Amino acid sequence: MSDSTNKLFLEPERYEFHAAPIHHFELARRDFFKLLGAGIAVFAVAKNSSAMQETAPGARSFHSEELPKEITSWLHVGEDGTVTGFTGKVEIGQNIRTSLAQTIADELRVPFESVRMVTADTALTPFDAGTFGSRTTPTMTPQFRRVAAAARDLLIGVAAKEWNVAPEGLIAADAKVSDRASGRSLRYAELARGKTLAQNLPAEDPVTPAAQWKIAGKAVPKVDGRAFVTGRHQYTPDLHPAGMLYGKILRPSSFGATLLSCDDSAAKAMAGVVIVRDGDFIGAAAPTEREAQNAVVAISAQWKEVPQISNKELFTYLKEKASGSSDDRHRHQKGSVEESLATAAHRLDATYTVAYIAHAPLEPRAAVAEWTGGKLTVWTGTQRPFAVRDDLAAVFRIPESSVRVIVPDTGSAYGGKHTSDAALEAARMSRAAGHPVKIVWTREEEFTWAYFRPAGVIEVKSSLAADGKLAAWEFHNFHSGSSGIDTPYDVPNQRTEYHPVPLVLRSGSYRGLAATANHFARETHMDALARVARVDPLEFRRKNLSDPRLRAVLDAAAKSFGWDPKKEVPWGKGRGFACGNEKGSYVATCAEVAVDRISGAVRVVRLVEAFECGAIVNPDGLRNQVVGAMIQGLGGALFESIEFENGRIKNPHFANYRVPRFRDVPEIDAVLLDRKDLLSAGAGETPIMTVAPAIGNAIFDATGVRLNSLPLVPNGLRRA
Amino acid sequence: MRAPIELDVNGKRYPVQYPPGTSLLTVLRDELGLTGSKYGCGEGHCGACTVLIGGAPRRSCQVPVSAAVGKSITTIEGLEKEGLLHPVQQAFLDAGAFQCAFCTPGMIMSSVALLHAKPNPTSSEIIQFLQGNICRCGAHPRIIDAVRQAAKTMQEGRP
Repeated sequence: MSDSTNKLFLEPERYEFHAAPIHHFELARRDFFKLLGAGIAVFAVAKNSSAMQETAPGARSFHSEELPKEITSWLHVGEDGTVTGFTGKVEIGQNIRTSLAQTIADELRVPFESVRMVTADTALTPFDAGTFGSRTTPTMTPQFRRVAAAARDLLIGVAAKEWNVAPEGLIAADAKVSDRASGRSLRYAELARGKTLAQNLPAEDPVTPAAQWKIAGKAVPKVDGRAFVTGRHQYTPDLHPAGMLYGKILRPSSFGATLLSCDDSAAKAMAGVVIVRDGDFIGAAAPTEREAQNAVVAISAQWKEVPQISNKELFTYLKEKASGSSDDRHRHQKGSVEESLATAAHRLDATYTVAYIAHAPLEPRAAVAEWTGGKLTVWTGTQRPFAVRDDLAAVFRIPESSVRVIVPDTGSAYGGKHTSDAALEAARMSRAAGHPVKIVWTREEEFTWAYFRPAGVIEVKSSLAADGKLAAWEFHNFHSGSSGIDTPYDVPNQRTEYHPVPLVLRSGSYRGLAATANHFARETHMDALARVARVDPLEFRRKNLSDPRLRAVLDAAAKSFGWDPKKEVPWGKGRGFACGNEKGSYVATCAEVAVDRISGAVRVVRLVEAFECGAIVNPDGLRNQVVGAMIQGLGGALFESIEFENGRIKNPHFANYRVPRFRDVPEIDAVLLDRKDLLSAGAGETPIMTVAPAIGNAIFDATGVRLNSLPLVPNGLRRA
Repeated sequence: MRAPIELDVNGKRYPVQYPPGTSLLTVLRDELGLTGSKYGCGEGHCGACTVLIGGAPRRSCQVPVSAAVGKSITTIEGLEKEGLLHPVQQAFLDAGAFQCAFCTPGMIMSSVALLHAKPNPTSSEIIQFLQGNICRCGAHPRIIDAVRQAAKTMQEGRP
């Protein structure tokens, strides 16, 4: 259906798998200081960029009026001492506004409170491909450290010149530069006054080691927290520019349906209503949402539908349509799997399936668009502001410089807000109506017309040697994706392959993407193998695992959980384990479940997760992320599943698409391992991966029933 | 001609122009500009739009504005008094009981209602009461902690 959807909207649809184009930043240096006031600015330039070559070797001031084109972050110290960090990343609840400000304050040696972050505004911030892949911390943290360190050096240089002393004897601390010899000091604000000093430099590794961090590495409350508990923060749906109309869209009757005929005369006759038609796109704009909705209802449209499969035949379909991958990136092979499978002491094969699930962010997709002259401004909750800008420019055939996309801190995304849908809809309607237009998707639209975490089928063949060591491992993922597909265990003979399948439902990124599916299959299978080998599941993993970071989280989780193979588990209860690594971070989960043997109800009683992502920037924010991922992971593990038939979603409401609620939340413990000797990795995704297999393995432990499909128990546990 | 009606919101009286069948949430957000109450589902299933009507928690997306006439309505904007946060707001802030915070106003309003009815709730009573409020980010354990802390603060008579 994706092809026809694309045709229907005639609009680009890009995911992070596609390379982003190279963008040029038009803001001139002169304008930069006009915008921010005088002061001191430092710009980080992407590695290997032409701008860096122009200024290489080393960091030095640039003399042209144009800013380099591949700047990835920048920082400004104003005349009042205010420090502003600029990044194209978005704040969607993952708390980067706080953690990046901590990093800057730490490296620049200023109080945390004096740093503010400007995020995700295509007119003010450097280009960024998007906020996904747990990349904000590993990429932006070192860059901001470098720019902050360079700004500190610049300030020291200014002071040295002022006092006519050598910079080596000067110290930067507490937002001041001090001369120990004479006892003099000047505040950064005083040093920045009247200056328009700028420097660019290549982004390199951090300069202050994590062991010496003073502001970073500590728990700091969320920036602007008060605005959130008072309801003052304005998300996109809360914006209301003067003269704004509300927009509603007439959706096709099913996925891929094309418009046969349409009578909009009754809607057009409604007072204050503007009907916008553009190909198969039909929308209504009106002074109130109700009037817009009434107008859409009054439109009579006939659609030509195309027959489509349902979730009942999904997994057979995926296997049938899978292509043998021709892409080497999707294949990994070592040793001889066939021979080992044929000859090893124990053999175990199994098939696993994963359903489509929805992100269901509580803030639905929304956008406010306003045209002024030929220029377009759009406020929207997206993870990819620059991609949205480019989509808007392409669709309306205007230069990118005529489009500004601003992302207010957004009501979450989980990988679900990579596309431009609401922005394009609002902009199209605003242009036709001659007023600003706001589009807020209904929950049903959100569950239907957004995109899903792809479903998948995973086939595993495996064998064990007589000593309980893994001998062969063959792993095929059909459709859901290749992230986290490679086994971290030591296996002499292995083959892994990802088999792409054309889309059934519109699919895209999701927190952890396919890593959750691949870990579910792998870790469930490892549990089953441990049973074959008659070894405790943790002992079995230790026996086949040499990665010290993975072993460390395994041990930490086991210790905190109190995992004891000799301890008898009470009747009706079970414990399960799963571990893995992805995107530079490591996770291990222990689960305890209770199963009611009569009703089949499954309750997760306790989850303990150990997580390690290098040096921790903000332990409080990290704990929030890890616990949040564990709870969100309960949904996909236990009951979340999108049901569909003939191009329609059958459960597009919270009433019939169950997400985790308070009663579902078990006792939770997150153990955070702080590795100050390692660079900080991201933490948004990996902690979700091992929740489902740990729970599934615990259910097996409790009942002897092996569940190979996600969700595990949408209707409780019932023997077939 | 639309029927002239008047709403009592956060101690202020507002004349309302919208048709009586319009949801209270729409009137609060689109006419009165009180956007702290959120649209999360429009079906009464997520709790993001929770307000107090006569002290009781109500899903404002499910309440026709006509049904709120003559009653005292409190929204998230009405909790802060003279720059001082309500103890529940302060407890959410102190506990960092949110991530994206889109559910937070509804969570806070439900919690205020709970503590009004039951000043010293057990954890299971809190869980039971907040079952209708969805948090997709998974801040549940912190929210429970925040409500317990707020209960303590309020019992000790601190603001």
